[in-house]
Amino acid sequence: MLAKRIIPCLDVRDGRVVKGTRFINLKDAGDPVERASFYNKEGADEIVFLDITASVEGRRAILDVIRKTAEVVFIPLTVGGGIDNTDFMQELLQCGADKISLNTAALKNPSLIRSGADRFGSQCIVTAVDACRLKDQPADKPRWEVYSHGGRQPTGRDVLEWVMEAEQLGAGEILLTSMDADGTQDGYDIELLAAVTTSVNIPVIASGGAGKLEHLYEALTRGGAHAVLAASILHYGTFSITEIKKYLSSKGLPVRPIAGKDDYDLREEF
Amino acid sequence: MKKLIIVDSGCANLNSIYKASRAAGLNPFISDDSREIYDAGAIIFPGVGSFDHAIEVIKQKELIEPLCKAIKDDKPFLGICLGMQLLFSGSEESLVSNIKIKGLELIAGKAVRFPNNLPVPHVGWNQVEPVYNHPLFAGLTGSEYFYFTHSYYVSPASDYNVLAKTEYGLTFTSAVVKDSLIGVQFHPEKSGPAGLRLLANFGKIIADQ
Repeated sequence: MLAKRIIPCLDVRDGRVVKGTRFINLKDAGDPVERASFYNKEGADEIVFLDITASVEGRRAILDVIRKTAEVVFIPLTVGGGIDNTDFMQELLQCGADKISLNTAALKNPSLIRSGADRFGSQCIVTAVDACRLKDQPADKPRWEVYSHGGRQPTGRDVLEWVMEAEQLGAGEILLTSMDADGTQDGYDIELLAAVTTSVNIPVIASGGAGKLEHLYEALTRGGAHAVLAASILHYGTFSITEIKKYLSSKGLPVRPIAGKDDYDLREEF
Repeated sequence: MKKLIIVDSGCANLNSIYKASRAAGLNPFISDDSREIYDAGAIIFPGVGSFDHAIEVIKQKELIEPLCKAIKDDKPFLGICLGMQLLFSGSEESLVSNIKIKGLELIAGKAVRFPNNLPVPHVGWNQVEPVYNHPLFAGLTGSEYFYFTHSYYVSPASDYNVLAKTEYGLTFTSAVVKDSLIGVQFHPEKSGPAGLRLLANFGKIIADQ
């Protein structure tokens, strides 16, 4: 059975992991390759690097991060942040990225999703969507608006329409962040998740709001998500991936067992 | 020591396969030179992207003959993902683009698309169960999770070619075998310790032959 994925998200700025609150008060949180390697040993199913660099030098730094991580970590790597052309995608993929996450650039130019999927396959193109619940909607008919530029600019687009368009254009996965829930640790926006997972036929990764183990379970069951992305609860050590997987497994969800580095002796019989 | 070539079929995950193979103790070389492929002792044939595009690329690079020759000569051969699908007669993916493009026709059967009631692509970690003992899965328990990402799966004409199966709404063939030719739908290079062990096992198959 397909396992539910637990995905740590690392914000990378100029080649260092940073953590903060809503893009401000950024503090250094270490070396991205070391963090990725740590989460890999803990049993992460995938790693997402979100490049929040503004400078050109920083852009080169993310290539270096991917290259070094790919030397030591043999699980899928996804990169997002400021990617607006297929040549840069190609560079990232050649450095060892497996998937490209598109957000603002795809909103400006939706055909970027198609050109990425045509060149590298749908499995390679993730569309990241930052969703904000619209006020004054009837309780039984909630609606969400898509925001661009790291959640700073409203686009006027309806979330459900945009995710369906992204799927049509060839996106292979949706990374869905609830801006209302993000950082609150009060739980994912389950209504939003359920609305999106029933609108598209591609895997959806839930993001924003995780604070308790129950929240992850809810996102993966009632929300219909295929995977959960987590940053704060992992970086701050609230829960380890081991604890998360043990909990989900005890609730009957399929997870990939945690693999230690000594699980398979590669030198055996050689 | 037999020379192991990772065939450069123009896809992006070459380096991942190279690095994972090295970490698993193999000593591969990346090449798209037909002479080097003729001379290879063993081959890894990766592929991501679309069926038609990949066939076009290996045609242009004049790799079809050397690849078929290696398989006819019974050299250890590992096709990964699309690199396995290309060994079949064809793919439903070709019908999408309205061009009928043949595969290498080394194994009878074709690649078919997952039904529409399932989320496609099939992305993530899923269990691979070998249907019989094969050295590729030596040292593994038979229920390991491997990383998949694909929209099409292979349907061999003969059960004889089925090496492993996986459940995703239906039971599909996740590894195939025909003499020294092995194909896997999942990505061992992205499957953590289990994937490295599988690549190490392929190294042992090469050494033992």
